[in-house]
Parts: sequence; C-alpha cells; structure tokens
Amino acid sequence: MLNASIRKELPAFAIDIDLQFDNGILVLFGPSGSGKSTILNCLAGLRKPSGGRITLGERIFFCQQQGINVPARSRRIGYVFQDYALFPHMTVKDNVLFGLPPGPHRCKKKRGYRMSVRETLDTLKIIHLQDRYPAQLSGGERQRVALARALMVEPELLLLDEPLSALDNQIRQTLQQELKQLQRTWQIPFVLVTHCPHELEALADQVIYLEAGRPNLQPTWQQPLTESGVQTVSV
Amino acid sequence: MIEPILLSLKVALIAVAIVAVLATLLARVLARRTFAGKNLLESCIILPMVLPPTVLGYGLLILLGKRGLLGRLLLDWFDWQIVFTWWAAIIAAAVVSFPLMYQSAKAAFASVDASLEQAARTLGSNEGRVFLRVTLPLAYPGLLAGLVLSFARALGEFGATLMVAGNIPGKTQTIPLAIYFAVETGDNILARNLVLVITGLSIAALFWLNLWSRKKIEIWQQGGDSNAQRIHS
Repeated sequence: MLNASIRKELPAFAIDIDLQFDNGILVLFGPSGSGKSTILNCLAGLRKPSGGRITLGERIFFCQQQGINVPARSRRIGYVFQDYALFPHMTVKDNVLFGLPPGPHRCKKKRGYRMSVRETLDTLKIIHLQDRYPAQLSGGERQRVALARALMVEPELLLLDEPLSALDNQIRQTLQQELKQLQRTWQIPFVLVTHCPHELEALADQVIYLEAGRPNLQPTWQQPLTESGVQTVSV
Repeated sequence: MIEPILLSLKVALIAVAIVAVLATLLARVLARRTFAGKNLLESCIILPMVLPPTVLGYGLLILLGKRGLLGRLLLDWFDWQIVFTWWAAIIAAAVVSFPLMYQSAKAAFASVDASLEQAARTLGSNEGRVFLRVTLPLAYPGLLAGLVLSFARALGEFGATLMVAGNIPGKTQTIPLAIYFAVETGDNILARNLVLVITGLSIAALFWLNLWSRKKIEIWQQGGDSNAQRIHS
C-alpha cells in the first residue's frame, strides 16, 4: 500500500497531492510541466519534498514531522526513466545486473528473490540481447532493458516516467499490453506518468488528473491526440 | 643532456599526479552545485592559465619563500626550505597545469547525463559506487584529455619554475630551462636536441590521446548512429 502526501514548492507553482494506492497501475495524467516527474522523483527519493509523508506498506520513506528522509538507494523503488537512462558504457547484461549485489555468483534464487536473472530476461524477451550495448538497441528494446534493470532488484513499487513516449505507435501498443501483463505478474503497484490519452486509456487502473501540481477531478485539459507520439519534456 | 630530460619527466609526472587527483575531485564537487560566489571561485581556479608565469612565480615566492607565509612555517616546523629545490619545480608545474585539468574535468563531468547517476542511485548504489561505476567511466575520455594537456603544460613550464626553483643543473634544471641557458651560452646543438626531444614528447602524447580516446568511445557508440540497426525490434 502506497501512501503519500507530497508538498513541494516549484518556481511556477506548488505541488500538493495525496495518493493512496494498493495494487495495479496508477496513472498521473497531466500536461507537460504539471509536476508529474517531480512527484515521481519525490517518491523515489531523488528529490526531497518540502512537506508531507511517504510510506509504502510498513516502511516510512519520508516524514517531515519525524525528520525521516530515506535515500533513494535504500528505498527499493524501481524507476524507469523517460529516456531509459541505460548506462551507455555497459552491455545489456551489465546494465540489468547493475542493481544486484556485486559478487561472482549473482544467483538470485539463493538470495530469496522471486525470479532468477534468466526468468526476468525471458519474461521481457531480451535474453538474446545481453552482449549488446544500449546504442545498438531499438527504442522498444531499450525500454525492455530498462524495465528488466528496474525489476531485477525486485522493487516494491515501480515508477515509470513517460515510458512509451519515445516509441512509435506500433511498438507502443505492444508494449502497453506487456506492461499491463507485467504488472499482473509482479503484483506491485506501478505509478506511471504520461501526457498521452492513449496510454491513460490502455493502462490505468486508477487515474489522477494533474494540473499545476494539484489533482483535478474534472480534467479541464486535453492534449490533442497525436499519432506520432511527439515527445515533450516535462518538469 | 639526459639529466634535464629525466628531471622534466619526473617533475611533470608528479605534478600531473597531484593535479589529476585534486582538480578532478574539485571539479566533481563543483560540477552539480550552484552557490553564491561559485563564479568567483572558478575564476580564481582558472586564473593561473591566463596570468603571466612570472606573476605566478612571484606569488609562489611570496607564499613559499624563506619569509613567505607558508615557507616560514615549513622552515620553522620541519626545517625544510622548499624554494630552489625540485619540489618547488613540481609546485610551479602543478599550479600552471591545474586549470587545464580542472576545465577538462569540469566539461567531462557536465557531459555525463545526470539521469544516469540518478538511475544508479535508484538501483541501490551509494555515492562512491555511482562515481566509480557510472560517472568516472563516462567522463573518462574528457579526463584523459585533461591529463595529457596538463602533462604537456607541466612539461613546458618555464617562467614560474625559474623564479621559484632556479636553474640548478641536475636539481631544478628542466628541459625548458636547459634550452634557454643553452642558447644563452651559445650551445646551439644542445638546445636543438632538447627542442627535438620536448617536441617529440608533446606530439607523442597528443597523438596517443587522439588515437586512444577515439577507440574507447567507438566501442559504445558503434551502431549508435546507424538507423538500419534500430528498425528491428
């Protein structure tokens, strides 16, 4: 159960949002610059909210009153970045194994993980890519590698920042289905940020419409439906 | 002729080793921070690059000389006089090459996508691991360029070295000093040979840098610009 109330002052407006979410895919939907990515960064521990409280299950990640702010590395929250942020100097294999504790025998089964490295790579259909560098992958492949890398450490929450915006329409639809499947398999909450109505429709179990950092019950904002999936940079 | 060459290499290598560590750390610390006075601080760091070496030499004398601010302490506490020793030559070489290393390192760190470091953090890495596994390997070509440039600059240092280390053959007489005094005393053959040596060293360093950094980068980027490989999914 993700329980978060986040307040954060930005130059143009202030974020003030409450989230309660258990399992499934929560979509934060809003125009560019509505504070979506900042919310994800606060959840992940990459930015510090100015107030509020973030808990996941029993664990407290951030609490302004108690002065708690768990660093990102200790939160075990998976994060798929907008541009995937794959390490360009490492092969797919090294990218995917980056989050596992170092050592010659990275046998996940022995350490009590649910899925072995092989199973994770198989699920995402990237096992044949393991010796390639990110620059040699297509957009869809990169996205799968980024997902595998984030899931490999078996996070308790997965954050996705515009995960499909850089892909063309056909791959996007395939990956939408896969993403949904993945969530059903892993049974952890996914929080996904998008400004694309298609993605909202295809993926959301629950949705929060964001406008200038605040949830809006009636979405007054609609982006014109673009087929090309033009990438827009958000805050 | 061999003495100034060995001394020059020794002085330049030690100076670059010191500069590499200090300038890289300083660049890393300042790269992702903004604070009041950062601009002024950076100007001061770059200053030795634009000041005449004699000004630096004068400054170093004031600092390290027998009655200097630091020199007096070293003399009182350790009975160590630093000016006119080869340590003074190292310090002079380090001071003039520091800005080159700092500038290169700063540009190299700035070129590393911050989201890669963020990704490493979300994958459980502490700051040390983020630096060693992500930032450093990616900034590496730029850092290497800084190393070679500062080495070449340290090797060629003349003015400040002459002022703080003097021209003591076998002790502080580096190649540039030896060339100057060889010409002064009319020993044109020695001067010519030393000129050839230092030019050869500098060309070799720069040539190797070009060759090597290109190879290193090609490994990651192969296929990166070819769209043909991207189509299949």
